[in-house]
Amino acid sequence: LRLFYRYRDLAPQLVPLDYTDKPAVTLPYELIASMPELKDNPFRQRIAEVFSEHGDGNMTLDNFLDMFSVLSEMAPRDLKAYYAFKIYDFNNDDYICKSDLEKTVNKLTRNELTPEEVSLVCEKVIYEADVDNDGKLSLEDFQHMIIRAPDFLSTFHIRI
Amino acid sequence: EDKEEDDSNEEDGGSQQNAASRRKNYQRKNRDGKKAGGEGSQRRERGKKAPTKDQKESENKEKKTTKKGKEGENKQKKDRKNSTSSASSNSSDEESLSEEELAMLMEQVEQKKKLISMMRNKPWRMVKKLSVLREAQAFVEKFEGALGKGKGKKLYAYKMMMAKKWVKFKRDFENFKTQCIPWEMKIKEVESHFGSSVASYFIFLRWMYGVNLVLFGLIFGLVIIPEVLMGMPYGSMPRKTVPRAEQATAMDFSVLWDFEGYIKYSALFYGYYNNQRTIGWLKYRLPMAYFMVGISVFGYSLMVVIRSMARNANESTTDGDDDNFVFSWKMFTSWDYLIGNAETADNKFASITTSFKESIVDEQESNKDENIHLRRFLRVLANVLIICCLCGSGYLIYFVVKRSQTFSKMQNAGWYERNEVEIVMSLLGMFCPPLFETIAALENYHPRIGLKWQLGRIFALFLGNLYTFLLALMDDVNEKLAEEDVVKNITYWMLLGHHNLSVGNDSTATPPPLDPADVPRGPCWETTVGIEFVRLTVSDILVTFITILVGDFIRACFVRFVNYCWCWDLEAGFPSYAEFDISSNVLGLVFNQGMIWMGSFYAPGLVGINVLRLLTSMYFQCWAVMSSNVPHERVFKASKSNNFYMGLLLLILFLSLLPVAYTIMSLPPSFDCGPFSGKKRMYDVIQETIELDFPLFVAKIFSYVANPGLIIPAILLMVLAIYYLNSVSEAYQRANAELKKKMQMQREEEKNKRNNKATTNPMLQDLEDLLTPSTRTESHPNQEEEKKMESPDRTSPVRKPGKGAVPDGTPTTGGRGAAFAPPSHVFVTQPLTLGVRALYPGQPRPRGQPLGLAPGRGRGQPHY
Repeated sequence: LRLFYRYRDLAPQLVPLDYTDKPAVTLPYELIASMPELKDNPFRQRIAEVFSEHGDGNMTLDNFLDMFSVLSEMAPRDLKAYYAFKIYDFNNDDYICKSDLEKTVNKLTRNELTPEEVSLVCEKVIYEADVDNDGKLSLEDFQHMIIRAPDFLSTFHIRI
Repeated sequence: EDKEEDDSNEEDGGSQQNAASRRKNYQRKNRDGKKAGGEGSQRRERGKKAPTKDQKESENKEKKTTKKGKEGENKQKKDRKNSTSSASSNSSDEESLSEEELAMLMEQVEQKKKLISMMRNKPWRMVKKLSVLREAQAFVEKFEGALGKGKGKKLYAYKMMMAKKWVKFKRDFENFKTQCIPWEMKIKEVESHFGSSVASYFIFLRWMYGVNLVLFGLIFGLVIIPEVLMGMPYGSMPRKTVPRAEQATAMDFSVLWDFEGYIKYSALFYGYYNNQRTIGWLKYRLPMAYFMVGISVFGYSLMVVIRSMARNANESTTDGDDDNFVFSWKMFTSWDYLIGNAETADNKFASITTSFKESIVDEQESNKDENIHLRRFLRVLANVLIICCLCGSGYLIYFVVKRSQTFSKMQNAGWYERNEVEIVMSLLGMFCPPLFETIAALENYHPRIGLKWQLGRIFALFLGNLYTFLLALMDDVNEKLAEEDVVKNITYWMLLGHHNLSVGNDSTATPPPLDPADVPRGPCWETTVGIEFVRLTVSDILVTFITILVGDFIRACFVRFVNYCWCWDLEAGFPSYAEFDISSNVLGLVFNQGMIWMGSFYAPGLVGINVLRLLTSMYFQCWAVMSSNVPHERVFKASKSNNFYMGLLLLILFLSLLPVAYTIMSLPPSFDCGPFSGKKRMYDVIQETIELDFPLFVAKIFSYVANPGLIIPAILLMVLAIYYLNSVSEAYQRANAELKKKMQMQREEEKNKRNNKATTNPMLQDLEDLLTPSTRTESHPNQEEEKKMESPDRTSPVRKPGKGAVPDGTPTTGGRGAAFAPPSHVFVTQPLTLGVRALYPGQPRPRGQPLGLAPGRGRGQPHY
């Protein structure tokens, strides 16, 4: 219920209080990205895109609920890994290829690393995690790697 | 045939929903007892379900995971079956529930229920989940009641209803419980500004508060309240009254501040309690209760700490392949999604960048060729310096405590003299850690190891201080014990004298009681000890608060406001904003708790003071952190250190148990104060209780149990059990390591298998090379050359695409061999070494790869 109020707060004029007849109301990306929890997240655009209805960043209430339920503390690990994979897959081709990795690194470091360093990091990542050796990370590779990470659950989590 | 299809679908867990909803369709069609209206509703149902099915199918097309693929298949199967089932159901017209249908129905209901409970785990869209959930719930509701038909339906329905209500109640209760957790919003705020490691400090603080609250409840409820309510009131007994000599000053604030005066003779301290065996109309055995509560305080704390440690250890057992995924984890898990503040985000970016750079440097560096000897020398020097500091501080404290004893005999001791001990200890605690840090700069360790050393040293410092303090206190106690004998005699004679005086001639009348305030009092050493601990705790609290206030807040104000008119940039330069020093705060908390544990036996009110302190400290520190601290530069791994702090807590618990146990066991209690007065040893109260209160056979049992002949074998048995469990756990760990290695090898092999490369095992590779000389043609030397050329290029990953092309190269080896012909001159000597390898007996090649793929083999080197 709290989530609904937060959703409504973002755009009170658009969202009706009565949801029983399931109006198709979507909030544009800019409003979502202005939420305090997401404001500083470098991946907020990707998050919105992954969870939104048509992949363009505009979210209905259901999408909104989806997003926060996956990012909450109680979501199971596999679910989080699945969605994390989708978030980091910038070109939506179901593989995290080297360019995706480069974009991730740049977003994480705000372009502070030199290109050689960036490419070194990406190569290392591919070397470490790519099990089927196709030069990019598929969902299994990613899950296999992230399941073992000790702080994945605690960092991939938004409290609201 | 539908039923068979049902069964086959059941095996696939992911398709539960499909099968179930399909079966629902089937059942609804069968349930034509409602005929026309039913038909219409069914059609509507099907119509409604169709869009969801379509939705699901489109979802399936979006997500190309294997699981979804399977479901997609099943959905197609289901569609086909739907058409057949609708055809068949229209032909079959059952109107009553048969036995097997009943059973099947129950199965479906169970499946639906399972689905509902597993709904969370499925990565579906919210809309889809909601619709599936609603369907499943409707189905369950509709058919649950019908299930019990003919077999005590009412009872079954009732049971179901109760079960549902219970589940709902449990869920509501869980929700309520999470709402009740105190300070959740505050901690969340701190977390979003400072990250998860600082928040872990506050979570620890909250946990401590909970433990202390429980302890306080125990002590308060079982010891203080009965004494206050049912014991003799103030002033009725000598031990409860302020002696005449002190009454003049008993209400002065300075005296109260020192915990003398009225406070000393109150329920806060040991001395107040009466040694009456049972008090009040409940016959509440106060001395026994006091003793047992004292012991259970330690027992409960021990249990709670160990349980929390076990829980932490459980969560962190999966950090086996730490070093396999360093970069990947750094990339994907370093951003803390909880951060909601721009400053923190900036900091986080910077720290991520630095950590990437660090790892890159680590990765690229070869051996450190610094001077090993210099480093060792510096480290030894640093350790020597620090040991000197520690000894120095220990001696200082001892000296000061001794001096305070002489001070207390002086009449007009100033404020400083009275509080010297506490002041010195606090000062030491404030200045030594930074000193240790500067000395540790000599050592040049990796930051994480350096941090552990630092924590260890601070720990040793505090421990040394505490124990010296205790030793000094023990001297004090022994003195008092000696004094007691003297006072005992005096009291006895005085009472006798008073008795004689007041009776005078008439020996039958009872003497008027001596006003309690006039009775000479023995020095109550337990109360003194309690007072010392309370004073120490209070001063510690004050120092902590003042440090926070001055060190953080005033500093922040200074930096912010004076920055405008100062020469250098205060914010970036020297006295910039303070960071929140997690480790010293946690250590302070842990030591405070240790003191509480030590003192709570002698001063039951101490735990109450601590509860208040923790409460105020929570709010105060939250405010201080938000207003005047900046986030850390260095990332502090929160998860692993948690067990470290618990371990410290456990250690302190044991260490604080020791003095208390020692005094209970070996020192005689004061003769005129406390619940054990008059006994030879404090634990005699147990003996007494057993003898007098329990039936006879219990005493016999206890006397048998306490027989050394029984206890020693029991101890031996426990030691053996510990040894056995230890070796079992070591064996498990070894097995674990082996399995991990195996998995890793398997992974490497798979990796290579997929690329049709040779094994990574160098031995096997040698053997394979061995086989090639015997079975190759003249393209062989060139291929060997190619292999040799490839092996130096190990580190360049560009190889991979090249390698990928190799499997296709069967017919082109000749060509490639020709292309490599020119460099062959360089490697003329190489084939000789291959010839050496030929001496090994030939073994069948593990993978039976075609010959032409041999050139790719050479690259399969592990561990670049």
